[in-house]
Parts: sequence; C-alpha cells; structure tokens
Amino acid sequence: MSVDKDTVRRIARLARIAVPDARLEPMAAELNGIFQWVEMLGEVNVEGVPAMTSVVAQKLKWRRDEVSDGGQADALMANAPEGEDHFFIVPKVVE
Amino acid sequence: MPASVSDELTRMTLAEARDALRAKRISSRELTGAFVSAIEAGRPLNAFITEAGEQALHMAAASDHRIARGEAGELEGLPLAIKDLFCTRGTRTTAASKILGDFVPPYESTVTQNLWDAGAVMLGKTNLDEFAMGSSNETSFFGPVINPWRANDSNASLVPGGSSGGSAAAVAADLCLAATGTDTGGSIRQPAAVTGRVGLKPTYGRCSRFGIVAFASSLDQAGPMTKTVRDAAIMLKTMASVDPRDSTSVDLPVPDYEKLMEGPIKGLRVGIPKEYRIDGAPAEIDTLWTKGAEWLKAQGAEIVEISLPHTKYALPTYYIVAPAEASSNLARYDGVRFGHRAAGPRDITDLYERSRGEGFGAEVQRRVLIGTYVLSAGYYDAYYARAQKLRTLIARDFASAFEKCDVLLTPSTPGPAFAVGAKTADPLEMYLQDVFTVTVNLAGLPGISVPAGLTANGLPLGLQLIGKAFDEGTLLRAARAVEDAAEFAHSPAKWWSA
Repeated sequence: MSVDKDTVRRIARLARIAVPDARLEPMAAELNGIFQWVEMLGEVNVEGVPAMTSVVAQKLKWRRDEVSDGGQADALMANAPEGEDHFFIVPKVVE
Repeated sequence: MPASVSDELTRMTLAEARDALRAKRISSRELTGAFVSAIEAGRPLNAFITEAGEQALHMAAASDHRIARGEAGELEGLPLAIKDLFCTRGTRTTAASKILGDFVPPYESTVTQNLWDAGAVMLGKTNLDEFAMGSSNETSFFGPVINPWRANDSNASLVPGGSSGGSAAAVAADLCLAATGTDTGGSIRQPAAVTGRVGLKPTYGRCSRFGIVAFASSLDQAGPMTKTVRDAAIMLKTMASVDPRDSTSVDLPVPDYEKLMEGPIKGLRVGIPKEYRIDGAPAEIDTLWTKGAEWLKAQGAEIVEISLPHTKYALPTYYIVAPAEASSNLARYDGVRFGHRAAGPRDITDLYERSRGEGFGAEVQRRVLIGTYVLSAGYYDAYYARAQKLRTLIARDFASAFEKCDVLLTPSTPGPAFAVGAKTADPLEMYLQDVFTVTVNLAGLPGISVPAGLTANGLPLGLQLIGKAFDEGTLLRAARAVEDAAEFAHSPAKWWSA
C-alpha cells in the first residue's frame, strides 16, 4: 500500500500537526520507505496468536476511588503559555 | 585545586567515590567541585542541556553535613547526571524538544526522587534525542552531542549513540560518576556501547516510569549508565522501587544487586542466538562476540546455541508499536497547558496544528504521523494488531530460549560510533542501529551492554547480555565476568579540554 500526498495531509490533520505543503511530498516518500519495510510482517502466520497486552505477567493494581491529591491550581498554571486566574486561555471555541 | 587532583577525583568509579566519602578521605564538595569544573571544560561535547553547578554544590554541602552526623544515605554525596527526560522539580526539563523548551516541572520523577532520598547530588540534565526518538543524539533541539571518542586516524566528530547520548558522553568523559538513561529500543545500551561504558536496561516494571516524559509506555524503562558493572548494580538498587504512582511498577522487593553480582559463573548456561549474525556487519563485531563466548566458557560457563526465529521482525514491529504509543502520548502537547504555543492563532485547531508543527522536530513528526496512520480506521488490524501479535511471538522466542539457558550473549550494536551526519538522510539506516537491542524491549526483559574491546581504529564496542525477567542479579554476575575478562581500561583522550 502506498501513501500519497493527500494521505499525508489527512493524517497530519488527524495528528494536529501543521505540515507545510512543500513537506507533503517528501514526507510521503519517507513514510512509504518505512511502510514498505514493515510490510515484511505480512509474511508471518499470526493465526491464533494473541496480541500482547502486557509485557509482564501482572494483574493491574486496584486502588480506592478517592481523591489523593489536589488543590494545586497554582502549580498547574505555572507552565501555561497563556492563562488568567487559574484559567487556560484558548481562542474562542463557541461563537 | 590542581588539575591532576581534579582528574583523579573525576576518574573514580561510583563505588570508589562512595568508599572514599564514607572513609572521609574526600568531601562531597571537593568531588562535586571537580565535576562542576569538568562539565564547564566539557562544553564542546554538548552533553548537558542544563547545568546545575550551583545547586549541586549546595546539595554536596548538605551531604557533607549528613556524612559528618553519621546520617549518610546509600549514595550520599555522589554527583550524578540526569537524562533530561526525567522531571526534576524546579529544574527545567525539556525532553530535548522545542515544545518543552521552557517547561519547569512542579514535581519530581520517582527515579530521581529515589536518588536524592539516598543522598545523591544532581550535576545537571543531559542532552538526548528529541523525546528519546533517535539513535545518535542528532534529533535534539539543543544540537547533537559529540562523542568523547575519536578514531585513531581522524579528528572527525562522532555521535555518542542515542537516545541517551548526553548521559553516555558525560560518563565516558568523566563529567559525572554515573548517569540515568531511559531505554525504549536500545537507548541506554547502544550509546553505552559506542562510548565504551556500561548501560543497563532493567526488566519492564522494575523502575517506576512516574515523572519520566513518556515516549512508548509499554517499552520505556529507566536504567543506569556507569563506568563499571558494580556501579550499575549500585545505581539500580536505588533507582528501582515499587511505586503506587505507576500502575505497571511490579510488586517485587528490590534485592541487593551489588551482592547478587558477586560470585562465579561456573555452570551458567549462556545462549548464543544464531539469528544475531547479520549480513554486512563488520568482522570485528563477530570476532568480539566469539571472544566474549570464549571468556565466559573459560570461567566455567556452558555455551549453548539457541534460536530466536522472529528476530528479523523485531525492528519493523517496534516501528509500529512505538510510534503508535508515541502518537497518543504526545497528544498532550497542545500549546494550551504547557510548552510552546504558536503566536496569533486563528482558531483552536490552528493553535494545536501550528504549536505542534513548530514545536516538534522532523523525526518526532515522522513518528507521530506513522503512529496516527497505523492506528487510524481501516489500518489498525493490518498494522497495530498484527504488530502486537508479533510481539507475542518474539516474547515466546525468548521464553523457549530461556528453557535452555540462563542468559544470552549478543553484540550490542552493528558497528562502532559513526560520524555526525552520516546516517541522518535515511531514517531506516538509523533505525537499524537498534537491531540487537530492540527485541529485549519488545519482550520486557533486562539487558546490559558491557565494554568489551576496541576496533582497529580505536573505537569502543560492547557486548550485550540479556537476562530473564527480574533476574538482574544473574545478568549482572554474567556481565561482571565479561568485564573481568575484557579488562577494558580505555578512556578517550581529553581533546576538548586541551
């Protein structure tokens, strides 16, 4: 299967990354090189093989559903590129 | 302090420095001061993104007080370098990315907290490939790291491997006693190998991932980069812990690795996987590998030929699984809550797209796009689901190999350090650097690279040992046997401080 310029534009949109038009073609070529190489996985018979979901045999731990931390609005806002009174500022979303 | 005294201090191993501090032969302030000067002189290597000399001297003074009061911790007063992927409270943590260029974490990673609780001193944050994506440290927003080693016949700048290239260079150039690294596909072992030092990737779940900037969560694991196998054992004992803040942290007590490392290897069964002999690898790699097996045999180990039939599928499997996980982990960088934000956004989508387009470098963008593609509707089964099945087969290969042996011995890398810029044009060629290391991450196993020899041109090469899950003790013991036999005592000439 081959990735073209329009596919790159579509996945870049899905990934929310602005890729300049001039980069679409070269990026398609790079991705094609990589996808052609991973095609070799197709030659392996994986019928009946379970997908790996955890690399170590361990049951996921349970904990009580209770608040264990919080009240740290100042710390949370400390790295915000734009914020005011414990709110993050974004462009207008709802007209 | 005269340069020769300073050199004597910085050349010490972690164990030597620990013993000298405990015996009060040196103070942490002297020791830390020597490293702070070495780091300044070492700036041409670009090993550090953030130097923390002043803070280090304060930490050292506090350590000296604790030593005087008889309250010394396990790593009291020992100066370390920290890969800039570990969040450090109040000290900028960048992941070598523009998108996190000014990020100052309000919290500490569990691994680094464990180190400070044991009394260690932080010298600074080391350079890496952006978000740990790379094998040469050339994708860093802060510029490439230069390998302290040079070939005998050339002054050309070589890469230190990656992604923990800054940590590797800092250890090799005596800019710290030891460093932390992280390893998703080889990022501790490969740079350790090409800088002539020791790098240990523990079993998945042994070190907490809390507070480490996430790349591929099912593969990422922190580990030590050190001058000796003993030092790796000392570091791992403190870095490892059971952490309620990481749901994949495994509930097993942390043993005393330095004790487990001692002892003979008589009767140890060492597996040699035939699939690791690859076409086109330099003859020196093969020769060293054979030598390594002979070293272990001479110490009483039994050499067993084994097979890992799915080895050749490991890298392509990795390049589906890791980008898929990265694409979802890196979704958090949106220009809103932290990190780089594009100027004058038209709307919210424009804010996301341009912040990420400007903030991520080329390799990170490439991997996020691969990940987005393989997870997108219609392609999930063909790529991601298939790759996860391959991962099961790769793990099964190891499980059946370990019925016949206790550890595996392989080369660490397909070659020595290469020139800066030599492999940046073709992503695939760069990916192949991890051909011997990546299988271990896919199976969650521990692996260690030990310096084993020099090429004819004077560049270091490593041998890798792979162990059973949570059997770092046996792994370290075998690594020590390789280290003893190799008698690798080489260090790079300090051309940068001439």
